[in-house]
Amino acid sequence: MIDGIFQFIDENTYLLLGIIKAVVIASALLGVVPLLVWLERRLMGRFQVRLGPNRVGPYGLGQPISDSIKLLFKESIIQNSADKFLFHLAPVVVVFTAIVSFAMIPMTGHFEFFDVKMGLWAANVNSGILFVFAISGMGIYGMVLAGLSSNNKYSLMGGLRSSAQMISYELTLGLAALCVIVHTGSLNLVDMVERQSSWPNALNILNPPLMIAFVLFFIAGIAETNRAPFDLPEAEQELVAGFHTEYTGMKFAMFFMGEYINMVTMSALITILFLGGWNSYILPDWAVVGFFVFAFKVSALLCVFIWLRSTFPRIRYDRLMTFGWKFLVPIAIINLFLGAAIRVI
Amino acid sequence: MLRQFVEGTKNLLIGMGVTFRNMLSEPVTFQYPDVKRDMPARYRGRHFLNRDENGLEACVGCSLCSANCPVGCIHVVAAENDPENPVSAGERYAEVYEINLLRCIYCGYCEEACPVDAVVLREHYELADYDRDCYIAEKDDLLVYPEPNRFRHDILGNTIRE
Repeated sequence: MIDGIFQFIDENTYLLLGIIKAVVIASALLGVVPLLVWLERRLMGRFQVRLGPNRVGPYGLGQPISDSIKLLFKESIIQNSADKFLFHLAPVVVVFTAIVSFAMIPMTGHFEFFDVKMGLWAANVNSGILFVFAISGMGIYGMVLAGLSSNNKYSLMGGLRSSAQMISYELTLGLAALCVIVHTGSLNLVDMVERQSSWPNALNILNPPLMIAFVLFFIAGIAETNRAPFDLPEAEQELVAGFHTEYTGMKFAMFFMGEYINMVTMSALITILFLGGWNSYILPDWAVVGFFVFAFKVSALLCVFIWLRSTFPRIRYDRLMTFGWKFLVPIAIINLFLGAAIRVI
Repeated sequence: MLRQFVEGTKNLLIGMGVTFRNMLSEPVTFQYPDVKRDMPARYRGRHFLNRDENGLEACVGCSLCSANCPVGCIHVVAAENDPENPVSAGERYAEVYEINLLRCIYCGYCEEACPVDAVVLREHYELADYDRDCYIAEKDDLLVYPEPNRFRHDILGNTIRE
C-alpha cells in the first residue's frame, strides 16, 4: 500500500508538484486581494489628505476582512428578467481568467528544492506571454456576459464599453510587448528576465525604443485592467456601476477580485518585461531575495496605479477611442519598426 | 502637435505632483468620537438660558424671542415675580420656556432679539437622540448648563461677552 503511494509519487512528481504550486500560487493571489484593497483605500485616503479606513484592527488592516464577511452574508439578488445561467457564469469567468493568466508569471529564478530544480511559477510555457495575453483577453467575456445577462441598459452599456476598450487597447499592449519580444528574441517570460540579468542588457526600460514601449504598455495596461482614468466600463456618474450594476454580495466582490488580480498580473508583466523581473543587480543572487525584489517592484507599480487613480479624472469615451486608435497605436507601430531596425542593425 | 503633447504631459505630471504632496501632508481628518472639534466662538448650536451674576434667571419673559422666531418653535408663558423670592431680576419671569429643537433652524434670531441676553445658542452640536420627545427642550434642560463639550468652561453658564 505505502509502496504503491511512493511509486505513484515517484512516477508523477511533476504532476503533483504542479498541482501544489498551482494551489499555492492561486491561494496566495486570492490572499493578496484583500491586502490590495486595504492598500488602495489607505493610499487613496492619503492622496486625498484623509486617513482612510483605520478603525478595524491595527492600521485598519481588518477592514477588508470585515468587508468580505459583510459581502458573504449579503443577500444575493437576481432580477427576474436576467439570464440566470450567464448571470452566474460571468463573475466566474472574470476570476478564473484572472487567476489562470497569473499562472505564467515567474516570480523568482530557478532554485533547488529537495534536489529538484524548480521555480516559483505554475507553468513555464515557451510562449508564456502569448498565453497571458490570450487568457487575460478572455476576461472580456466575463464583463460582456455580465452586461448582457443583467438585462439592464446600464450594464449593457458597460459591457459594450469594456469590450470596445479592451479590444482597442489590447492592440497597443501587444505591439508594445512585441518590441520586447523582438529585443529578447523569445516569448518565454523566464528567458526575458534572464536576458536582463547582466549589465549590457540589464533593465529593458533603459533601451530607447523599449522606453517608449514601456510608457505605451503602462497606459494600455491601465486601460486593460479598467482602472481610472480609463474606468469607463464602470463609470459611476453615467452608468451607475457599469457591467456589475445588478450584482450583489459575493458575486459583486468577485468582479473586484478579478480586477485586482488583473492589476497584480499587469504589474508583474510590466516588471518582467521592462524592469528586470527578480534581478536586483546589487543584492545576492538567491531565490528568496529575488522573490522579494520582484514583490517590491510589483507593489511599487501597484502604488503607481493607485496614484494615477487618485490623480486623474476619467476621460471622455470618444477621447478614449481617439487616444487609443489615433495616438497610441501609430506610435506603437512606429516604435516597433524602430526597435526591429535597431535589433537588425 | 508635439508642443501640445509636451504641454499635456507636463500638466499630467504637475497633477501627479500635487497628489504626491498631498500624500506627504498632514491629514485633515478629525477622528470624531475620540477627537471633538473646537467649534468657533460664534457657532450656533443648542440653546441655553443664561443666569445673571446673582444666580437669578436672566429671562424676563418678554416673548420677543418667540415673536421673532421664523419657524415659531419657542413657546414662552410669562408670570409675575414674587418680590420676596424673585426668579428673575425683572418684573416678570418665564414660567414656561420651551424650544422645539427639531423645528428650530438655528438661525440665532432669538439670541439677537433678546433684550437681556438670556437665550443664547452655544457650541453644542451633538444633538442626536432616539426619541422625538427628547427634543422639546424645557426650562430644566435649558437652564442647566451641562458640562460643555470640553470647550469653554464657565460655571455660571453665561456666554462670554465683552
